[in-house]
Amino acid sequence: MSATNGSTFLSRLDKTGTDILKCMHCGVCTGSCPSGRHTSLNVRNLLRKARKGESVLSDETLWTCTTCYNCQERCPRGIDIVDAIFEIRAIAVHEGIILKEHRTVGKLLVEHGHAVPINAENKAKREALGMDALPPTVHSFPDALSEVKKLLANCKFDELMSNE
Amino acid sequence: MSESARKEHEMNKLSLFLGCVIPNRYPGIEKSTKLCLEKLDIDCVDLEGASCCPAPGILRSFDKTTWLALSSRNITLTEDLGRDMLTICNGCYGSLADANNELKADEDLKESVNSHLAAVDREFKGTQDIRHITEFLYQEIEPENIRELVTNPLEIRVAVHYGCHLLKPSKGRAGMNVERPSFFDELVEATGAVSVDYPDKMECCGAGGGVRSALSDEALALTEHKLSMIEAAGVDCIVNACPFCHMQLDVGQTDLNERDGTEHSIPVLHYTQLLGLAFGYTVEELGIDLNSTLNKAFFEMIKDLP
Repeated sequence: MSATNGSTFLSRLDKTGTDILKCMHCGVCTGSCPSGRHTSLNVRNLLRKARKGESVLSDETLWTCTTCYNCQERCPRGIDIVDAIFEIRAIAVHEGIILKEHRTVGKLLVEHGHAVPINAENKAKREALGMDALPPTVHSFPDALSEVKKLLANCKFDELMSNE
Repeated sequence: MSESARKEHEMNKLSLFLGCVIPNRYPGIEKSTKLCLEKLDIDCVDLEGASCCPAPGILRSFDKTTWLALSSRNITLTEDLGRDMLTICNGCYGSLADANNELKADEDLKESVNSHLAAVDREFKGTQDIRHITEFLYQEIEPENIRELVTNPLEIRVAVHYGCHLLKPSKGRAGMNVERPSFFDELVEATGAVSVDYPDKMECCGAGGGVRSALSDEALALTEHKLSMIEAAGVDCIVNACPFCHMQLDVGQTDLNERDGTEHSIPVLHYTQLLGLAFGYTVEELGIDLNSTLNKAFFEMIKDLP
């Protein structure tokens, strides 16, 4: 896989690729990470692996970051750590490495224009509150939903989320 | 009229961006928001035809171009109205404010996004601002003015949960203190409540970045820790500014109770629901009784307040 070659991989990380080379391994990121307190996520190690072009794309901890930004806010070298994680994740997804639940969320967006669409239970809750069963979003405006679908197709997001 | 005078004149004209989780999972927050905006005499209309923001953690992780294109489409809806956009969710605020700031600052990026928007006859112009209801109320209405409108002061103890994306990433944002902020606590205390400090108050609920959707046990580990700190502090309820944190802290309690046989039962309220109580609306009118975690003692306590 081309993405596992160190220098090629860094060049694919946009600006953050050169950014993560500035890391001095102080560990403030890992020490600040709320996920890392409870899971096996080690942010410093994850980016170290990315820098060396190791198999970071299939590293399961890549997806345990909640994107809280503590590491990015506190990094003494000013590295945009979460932005780098986003880019590594995007490379993984474009190579077809994506958790099935995440693909489902993407497909919901493609179909409904909402990542969390309405359901029967919540239509009933809305009506019990004296509200319309459907909110005034794409759920109530078919033309707006068509527009969203067209835009997502224009970005090839529908293809990205398909199983093939 | 000069640009600054025009902004001043139109400052309080807003469009309400609902997102996904509020209208489709916690509609009580949508209703509470509208009741509060009416009480505060804020000119705010529905942003009709809006979609998912899209979510800053999970969907931004998949494809940045899509994230920017869809968020900028939502922003063009509010540009068409000539109104700033009011968000009531940290995630929506994070996505839309950050996309708006990035596009305003980067002509090349704007051009690239507009090449996608052209497919649906839209163009991002960069004429409006994105607001979050807590920072908007704090900066434009101010806590002391809210306090004056309160008819039913809430003598309760509250654990404030800021959530992550309300404040971070700080680059391009309004300059709030991300480590020890106080503006949300001041808004909560304007209702008569006491904001009780607790360890790890600024820590994440566990839901963001796609963790809740795909790795629920990992998300719950963070939630359980957060809840343990809140429970030890002795509070009557949790108040948040984000429906995704709201869901994680609310449904997370029932998930933990089912999994571990625990008895977590802390009521979870969005700020607009707390403010609604202080304006005299009932638990039922504000949809607080539609949560997953129900605490009858809390409902009775609210009823018994003078």
